[in-house]
Amino acid sequence: MTNSSVDYRLIDSTLRDGSHAISHQYDEDDVIAIVRGLSTAGVQVIEIAHGDGLGGSSFNYGFSKVDEKELIARACQEAGDSTIACLLLPGVGLADDLKDVKELGVGMARIATHCTEADISEQHIQMAKKLDMEAIGFLMMAHMNSPEGLVEQALLMQSYGADAIYIADSAGAMTTEDVQRRVSALVKALDIPLGVHAHNNLAMAVSNSIAAYQEGAANLDGTSAGLGAGAGNCPTEILAAVSNKYGIETGVDALKLMDVAEEVVRPIMPRQQVIDRAGLILGYAGVYGSFLLHSQKAAERYDVPQAEILMELGRRQVVGGQEDMIIDVALELARKHAEANE
Amino acid sequence: MTLRCAIVGSGNIGTDLMYKMLRSNMLELIALVGIDPESDGLARAKDNGIEAPHSGPQWVIDNAADIDMVFDATSAYVHMRHHADYASAGITAIDLTPAARGPKVIPPVNLYEHLDAPNINMVTCGGQATTPMVYAIRRVIKSLPYAEMVSTVASRSAGPGTRQNIDEFTKTTSTALREIGGATKSKAIIILNPAEPPILMRNTVFAGLPEGSDHQAVLDSVHEMVDEVARYVPGYRLKNPPVVETGPFFTPGGEVPHRAVVLLEVEGAGDYLPTYAGNLDIMTAAAMRVGEAIATAKSTVPA
Repeated sequence: MTNSSVDYRLIDSTLRDGSHAISHQYDEDDVIAIVRGLSTAGVQVIEIAHGDGLGGSSFNYGFSKVDEKELIARACQEAGDSTIACLLLPGVGLADDLKDVKELGVGMARIATHCTEADISEQHIQMAKKLDMEAIGFLMMAHMNSPEGLVEQALLMQSYGADAIYIADSAGAMTTEDVQRRVSALVKALDIPLGVHAHNNLAMAVSNSIAAYQEGAANLDGTSAGLGAGAGNCPTEILAAVSNKYGIETGVDALKLMDVAEEVVRPIMPRQQVIDRAGLILGYAGVYGSFLLHSQKAAERYDVPQAEILMELGRRQVVGGQEDMIIDVALELARKHAEANE
Repeated sequence: MTLRCAIVGSGNIGTDLMYKMLRSNMLELIALVGIDPESDGLARAKDNGIEAPHSGPQWVIDNAADIDMVFDATSAYVHMRHHADYASAGITAIDLTPAARGPKVIPPVNLYEHLDAPNINMVTCGGQATTPMVYAIRRVIKSLPYAEMVSTVASRSAGPGTRQNIDEFTKTTSTALREIGGATKSKAIIILNPAEPPILMRNTVFAGLPEGSDHQAVLDSVHEMVDEVARYVPGYRLKNPPVVETGPFFTPGGEVPHRAVVLLEVEGAGDYLPTYAGNLDIMTAAAMRVGEAIATAKSTVPA
């Protein structure tokens, strides 16, 4: 559990959120190299699953190249002193999936819902506790709910038995002030620790994470080289380096994390994690980061501009998991463009 | 003949079903049964001159002599506790929870196969919306290795029963895609969307098409089936024309070169909740279809 000698606990999600950026094509060698590197660098918790959580392999989100449970088993074998965590979205994965991964050696379950729908997590948080796992309630797309609204949702998860709560800026849409207001309200209201999961679409991931720590967050997420949905996550090696500059004790070796990012993760990245137009629009329009590559594919398939697809999805207030709406919007735009050209 | 019916569960589904049943000349509503005397559904039942006890499923058992059929709109757990009591009391149960005790019925696919069963399961709202599409695709191709559905409903139309039963929803729906839809492997996903104003219920069906499938036949079959469902759920429609996309796709049922994508929308009739709650409508309309088919069968076949 939480190591008291550190100021915040770092949870690395390269093998879960990073899975989005490589279209869920991780294989066993990638998992072994990444887990070994992170564990050696002192990362306390390493999350692994399909990008959309356990059971996410699908037409809608992309099929995993290798069964996630095989990869999770491998991660557990290589974990050393690190805890292996899994993410689960009720509605996508099942409480039964937690039983399977517990047997493989997973010690933490993060149960993720949209930031207004915490009450669908009860079965799953209770299952995690029954299995003696650390259970974290994970509220996604937190920019879409007010500080007061998030408090209400977080208290529900706390009442189901969650050991900690996370808010996720899944669209990378929050300013530092947005983060501060939410974190301070939650820290005040909760009896359990808070964490923040940042994305970099507005180039705010590291500064927002530090701000979250300063407001009282006790857990922070990141991924190696920022590999992740949209314009990527908070890069762990940068977060560790910046934390050192601030004198914040992380318990991880920043130089070793840089080695992992440079020598293990960058070589397998199909594209460098940059904030290009599409990535920026995700943050600007507040659209779920994992829509990036799916919308690129739909834009090519139906010959419509990706930026238009993303802006329309933002207008429709779609939430995480509604990747099918990308096809819906692309078809509608294609029809509109065809009518305009007649 | 007219069947005497009780509805158990005075939440969103039960109350919506009540309004539909009040219009039926084959199903006579005896009571809407709840557990909370303050519930909106029970108050509305009383306003319509319908008996509205709040003693739960036991009321139905106690009054079994006056009841031919019970529509269970509680939750999977409650149905699992009481289904055997209904059966031993000789009451046909139409189960609108995902408990899945009896055979699953999707009206345009297998309405007439289980009319004499003591317990009929209506799968889920998403299952009612998508299984007909999976079946429509399957019937014109040689095999359907994998099918998947994604259902998105407005947060406001998902009551506490749905929320506590979310795993049962996905499991039961996924099973229906295989057992009734004809897919070899399947997956079901449900999303709640809190947007304001609330979105109409959306359902998307993905189907892996093996090499050599006749794509035009797939699209035609989908269109035909949409018309068939819309006959009893008037707000059921395609949001976009169905498309066939090129892969390859590495599905759990094996690699396929193409997939069909069917994007559906269900607008509710607005009987109880506003029209965004198409998820209520498709469920209650399907249950009415089954109840009336049983009533018809009972009047043509002497007991």
